[in-house]
Amino acid sequence: MSDRPPLTRRLIAVRVIVVLTAVLGLNYIVWRWLFSVHWSAWWIAVPLVIAETYSLIDSLLFGLTMWRLRVRGEPPAAPEGLTVDVFITTYNEPIDLVMRTALAAREIRYPHRTWILDDGNRPEMRAAAEAEGIGVITRSADWVGMPRHAKAGNLNNALLSTDGEFILILDADQIPVPEILDRTLGYFTDERMALVQTPQYFTNVPESDPLGSQAPLFYGPIQQGKDGWNAAFFCGSNAIIRREALMQLGIARYAKEVEVGVRKALRTARTVLEEARENLEPGQDRIAEALDAIEHDVKRAQRELARGVALFDVTYRFQRRVDSVHRELVEADLDAVAADLAIIAELEALAEDPIDTLAGISTEALDRIAHRQWSPLGAVDAVRALIDAVDVGRAGEAQPIMPLATISVTEDMATCMRMHTLGWRSAYHDEVLAHGLAPEDLQTMLTQRLRWAQGTVQVMFRENPLTQRGLTITQRLMYFATMWSYLSGFAALVYLAAPITYLTIGVLPVQAFSVDFFVRLIPFLIVNQLLFFVVADGRPTWRGQQYSLALFPTWIKSFTSAFGNVFLGRDLDFAVTPKVKREDTGPRWDLIKPQLWAIGLLVAAIVIGLVRIAVGQANLFGSLFNMLWVAFDLLIFSVIIRAARYRGFEGDPAPEPAVAMRGAS
Amino acid sequence: MIEFDVSTDAQGIGIVVPRGRLTMVSAPELRQILSDLVAQGTVRIVVDLAETTFMDSSGLGALIAGLKSARQGGGDLRIARPTEAVTAVLKLTNLDKVLRPRESVESAFYV
Repeated sequence: MSDRPPLTRRLIAVRVIVVLTAVLGLNYIVWRWLFSVHWSAWWIAVPLVIAETYSLIDSLLFGLTMWRLRVRGEPPAAPEGLTVDVFITTYNEPIDLVMRTALAAREIRYPHRTWILDDGNRPEMRAAAEAEGIGVITRSADWVGMPRHAKAGNLNNALLSTDGEFILILDADQIPVPEILDRTLGYFTDERMALVQTPQYFTNVPESDPLGSQAPLFYGPIQQGKDGWNAAFFCGSNAIIRREALMQLGIARYAKEVEVGVRKALRTARTVLEEARENLEPGQDRIAEALDAIEHDVKRAQRELARGVALFDVTYRFQRRVDSVHRELVEADLDAVAADLAIIAELEALAEDPIDTLAGISTEALDRIAHRQWSPLGAVDAVRALIDAVDVGRAGEAQPIMPLATISVTEDMATCMRMHTLGWRSAYHDEVLAHGLAPEDLQTMLTQRLRWAQGTVQVMFRENPLTQRGLTITQRLMYFATMWSYLSGFAALVYLAAPITYLTIGVLPVQAFSVDFFVRLIPFLIVNQLLFFVVADGRPTWRGQQYSLALFPTWIKSFTSAFGNVFLGRDLDFAVTPKVKREDTGPRWDLIKPQLWAIGLLVAAIVIGLVRIAVGQANLFGSLFNMLWVAFDLLIFSVIIRAARYRGFEGDPAPEPAVAMRGAS
Repeated sequence: MIEFDVSTDAQGIGIVVPRGRLTMVSAPELRQILSDLVAQGTVRIVVDLAETTFMDSSGLGALIAGLKSARQGGGDLRIARPTEAVTAVLKLTNLDKVLRPRESVESAFYV
């Protein structure tokens, strides 16, 4: 790629440390696996070495991300004459909050149109907006009775009723500065540029940031690193997107999914026909003939598709044939039209299936349909409806074209990945151009983090980046790195269990806490922290490190619930993140029970460890080392206590980071 | 700029000819034209692309929306005589695999 970031002194330092981290890390982990696993205590020793391997891979992926840290500096000037629609998405946020954002959006300097996308379809929202001359877009009639796909659906709907070349997407609480478009549109002079993401920064957060709302490492070095590999992420808000990229994505997906859907439907159709034939009663010769005729057509359609005949030609002919067979049957025997009404219901249920892409229609759902007790005539109807459901019109969707991905509760990551697979570029512009509101209580914060994690894991399960054609190897790894980092919940469990096990019952997960061990581990830990330090370049990173372990129950739940959703068809318990302060009812200890248990066990382990030393049962050095480890765990977990006691934001916001052009010099 | 010629032939097949650049700006108009045709009972439609000098993905989107309404009305939508620029867009999105362009308007419903 032509646009490699310039080799600044910082970047050279980063690369040297990345290489050191990799060498020292690999040296440690190979030694751990080969020479130091305490196999007789495998039940703790093996999980520990696996968790350590996990962490090393996480660290290597982080190093790869930083390798091409790209600081874009001053943006290119915005060309004149572009058309831009500003979309403010809302569902149930207070009217005045939305209006504050909308009025600020209206004041954006670059010529544009401002729209409020009110998914709540509230008359008072419309009245308030129209009084200020701001347009409101609500779902069209096409969406009645169709899957709504939350925010992605809201945006897809608005895309079809507007026509600007560029779209600025803002969450209801993200108040833009007037220069937001002047500072970002210039990147689109590159014709392949599809997306420019800017930071999400929150004003209602004290400097100590007890809920870990700001993400200074992500909206900074991590995005800049991904940007270096042309993999800057779309984060749902404060981003400008090229309409053509989104629409092209919608069309390409449509072409692919219709094809996969029709193939699946034809296969199912054959099963339906076979079962129907078994249920034939003597004397139903006409129906038997009809079933034969349709089966013949199904086979022919399959053959034609295999030969590469254009899909819509195949389905058109097929539908006509089935229609005429059906007509003949009805004319022949009106009494037999007592076809199952349930078919219709079944197919409607199919349309509402949470797995909402055609290609994604689950095999189980199709099997259910295939193996119903079909009356022979009902089978004819079923085959027809089956093909309808997945054909051109996408009977089960409000719009045939869905530019924003609907495979995940967070539409942004999947959409961005698909744009990258089509060869589009993205950029991260590191300048705060909108000011938003973060959750102010533990419960809302936990809901939000769970939702982000679930969305990411859903994408990993449904469209694993490692196998996406059209992405470069490093783009795949950049997406995978984010998904990988959410596995930390499982590693956290092991990092808690290991020292507790040692201090309480004296089981050693490694061969020995020997010089060999420390001489390999300590240098690795030091360079790893050094990498963070250099990369962060003064930005606070400790909160992020704390929460990546302290929220372990949330991360674990995101995996289990997304697994259940993707593979077992379960509900995800999806919730919209509330933007307003909840009633203060005192600390919600109930929300952090697993963490409180962990803290309790850690403290108990220290006490027991001390007793064991006192009575001479324990190795002094090993115990002290594990106590240090426990103390570190406690320091990590202390943040969750602070979070539970946090009473919401009062007073002055933290000073805005001077991120604008940091490091550009 | 773009103009749309709309006519109906002797067999009752609707013929739509977009002249010029079919982009995100003109796509809503095409969508409306196609849906009006179907609403009036003209469910077999040929979109003649011989004079469409350029088409973007929004234009393709309008064609697919039209195809959907035509099929729902029991008919079909065919495209004919795409220019090189339009063929390139069809290929890029793989839409040519599912929607086959016809060589002539007259025969669009017979081959």
